[in-house]
Amino acid sequence: MNTIIVGATRGIGRAIARELAARGDRLFVLGRNADQLEKTAADLVARGHKEQVGTALCDLTDASTFAPALAAAKAALGKVDCLVITAGMFGTQDQLEADLSFTESLLQANFTGTILLCEHARPLLLADGGGTLCVLSSVAGDRGRKPVALYGASKAGLSYYLEAMDHKYRAEGMTTVCIKPGFVRTGMTAGLKPPPFAGDPEPVAKRVVRAIDRGEPLVYTPMMWRWVMLVIRSLPRFAMRKIGF
Amino acid sequence: MASTGLRTTESTALAPSGDQPTIEPWGRIGGRGVERFGEDLERLSAEPTLCRGLGRSYGDSSLPAGPIAINTTLANRILAWDPQTGVLRAEAGLSLYTMNRMLLPHGWFSPVSPGTQFVTLGGMVASDVHGKNHHVAGCFGHHVRALRMRVADGRLLEVTQTQHADLFWATVGGMGWTGAILEVEVQMTPVPSPWIEQHTEQVGDLESLVARLKEVSRTWPMTMSWIDCLKRGKHMGRGIVYYGRWAQPDLAPKTFPKWNAEVAVPIDAPSWALNPLTMGLFNFGVYRSHIPRHKHGIVTPETFYYPLDRVLDWNRAYGKSGFTQYQCVIPDAAGMGAVVRFMEALTQTGAASFLCVMKDCGPEGQGLLSFPTKGTSIAVDIPVKSGTAEVVATLNKLVIGVGGRVYLTKDRFTTADDFAAMEPRLDAFREARAKWDPQLRFASAQSVRLLGDSPSGAA
Repeated sequence: MNTIIVGATRGIGRAIARELAARGDRLFVLGRNADQLEKTAADLVARGHKEQVGTALCDLTDASTFAPALAAAKAALGKVDCLVITAGMFGTQDQLEADLSFTESLLQANFTGTILLCEHARPLLLADGGGTLCVLSSVAGDRGRKPVALYGASKAGLSYYLEAMDHKYRAEGMTTVCIKPGFVRTGMTAGLKPPPFAGDPEPVAKRVVRAIDRGEPLVYTPMMWRWVMLVIRSLPRFAMRKIGF
Repeated sequence: MASTGLRTTESTALAPSGDQPTIEPWGRIGGRGVERFGEDLERLSAEPTLCRGLGRSYGDSSLPAGPIAINTTLANRILAWDPQTGVLRAEAGLSLYTMNRMLLPHGWFSPVSPGTQFVTLGGMVASDVHGKNHHVAGCFGHHVRALRMRVADGRLLEVTQTQHADLFWATVGGMGWTGAILEVEVQMTPVPSPWIEQHTEQVGDLESLVARLKEVSRTWPMTMSWIDCLKRGKHMGRGIVYYGRWAQPDLAPKTFPKWNAEVAVPIDAPSWALNPLTMGLFNFGVYRSHIPRHKHGIVTPETFYYPLDRVLDWNRAYGKSGFTQYQCVIPDAAGMGAVVRFMEALTQTGAASFLCVMKDCGPEGQGLLSFPTKGTSIAVDIPVKSGTAEVVATLNKLVIGVGGRVYLTKDRFTTADDFAAMEPRLDAFREARAKWDPQLRFASAQSVRLLGDSPSGAA
């Protein structure tokens, strides 16, 4: 499988890239920092990627980078079977409320930028037969919640977009996979107190790859979050106002 | 997180209290601190702070003096790997576990391996780890070609055995006190097969065991021994000598060895679980299981190198009170009598448990604080109780008297005075540290205890 990964330099994206490289998939990685991309490419080759891994700069807060990055990937891979987007931003509610320029960047990256990148990639995937569009959203978007009001809003919008893509384009061959990770111990969540059922990147990556292979439209990982969020979605508003979750 | 629940007055004074966040080392006696995780060590280390990896050092060497420690384990990329030459360069958080799984199938292995693979490259350098092949291969630092470091003034430096050589040799075995190790370049070792040819011999007393250990070391590249240190009288020091080498292809199975499926210890053992009766039964079982007296066979590297890794969190067997490991080296110059006196003292204190390991060490390396020197290394796990500090002080007195020293990676109870008395290279290390970290920003709880650093930390 020929896969473009956005966000492979760290966290869950790094783990997914390693998983795919180890099983022999061909990869092209996109990211914001050339030095980090180069190091990640070397890591993937050492971990089993059969050839040099191509890289290109791509910044979710700058839509002008999308077309050249995807063109470079297409030129290197030939056929594109899958686009995985794991990049995104995170901030606590306190941080975001205190800094509206940070909020603007986060909303831009997680919602507008991610969706625009998907829109740039969609024709490319459909032209090669459809393939898979796999994007990491979050359980934070499942319900309006006090601790993640702004971050959750960006992911809620993204999740709805991904569901609609699956409805609209599956018949044309493009499978859309929406991944909703719960708390995963990565650099992005460093400094936050891990809740129960916190996961690690490697098992989450294995689950993501399985979802891509099976074409599953929606996956919660670690799996316990599916049931946790089912309960949260069922709570009445007066209860949501009272709890801190 | 909860406090560590120590029972002894002295240890409680050393442990955090209330709901303060704690970091727990392998010996389970935690200290105050928060770990800062991240994939980008260059950014994380912009504010110089002690680094820690997988937390397998037993004592307080990975506990920060200040409130923060940088955890390197997410920085685990392989930056360059040449399968022709065996030169590996990787970020400091790469684990030996991952290295083994990636490189052994291609015929390469770490030049030196400690007794667990749950360690990081950065930790292997900071501890200058030694292994079963120390008498022929030296310590890990001897095989390190280069380090990329963040030093206290904020500079990022490429440090080698010839470039900033004083920093290199102060960092190798320097317990993280000279700077943050960001990347490590090391020469791996080619192996003829992924299997080990192992021999084991039952030996009935201490003098015979030490003699046999030294004898097999003359011809075998990997040696160590397990001792029943609960046995007294004429059978004191009885044990089993292990020796081996990488199996030649004609002896090795044609298949690649299966990796271990680790099992976890789900709960903390009660404090009474390890008592003289249970430990005595365990030791009796291990000793008697080696019948016939001399056994040999082909085993997996994990069986040979990492028998304890099969049980994840085996430190929970010591309960919440935790344990320490006393590891010292008795120089050959002190003679066999010194080893006998040490073992007698050990059995008389009643502190020893089931894990007691002896290894013959090769010559001292160039690391300014590297542990091994030509002699006999003895390591014993000691459950922490009231009086553990006194036991360590008693053993230290003996070790100092014969010109030996302790392994800082295992140490938790040695005093500053004892450390100074056993470490003639300390002035040279202090000099290098004063040059590279004059404000002592890379301080740990251990450097507070042994070197007199500020307990608040500079970070």
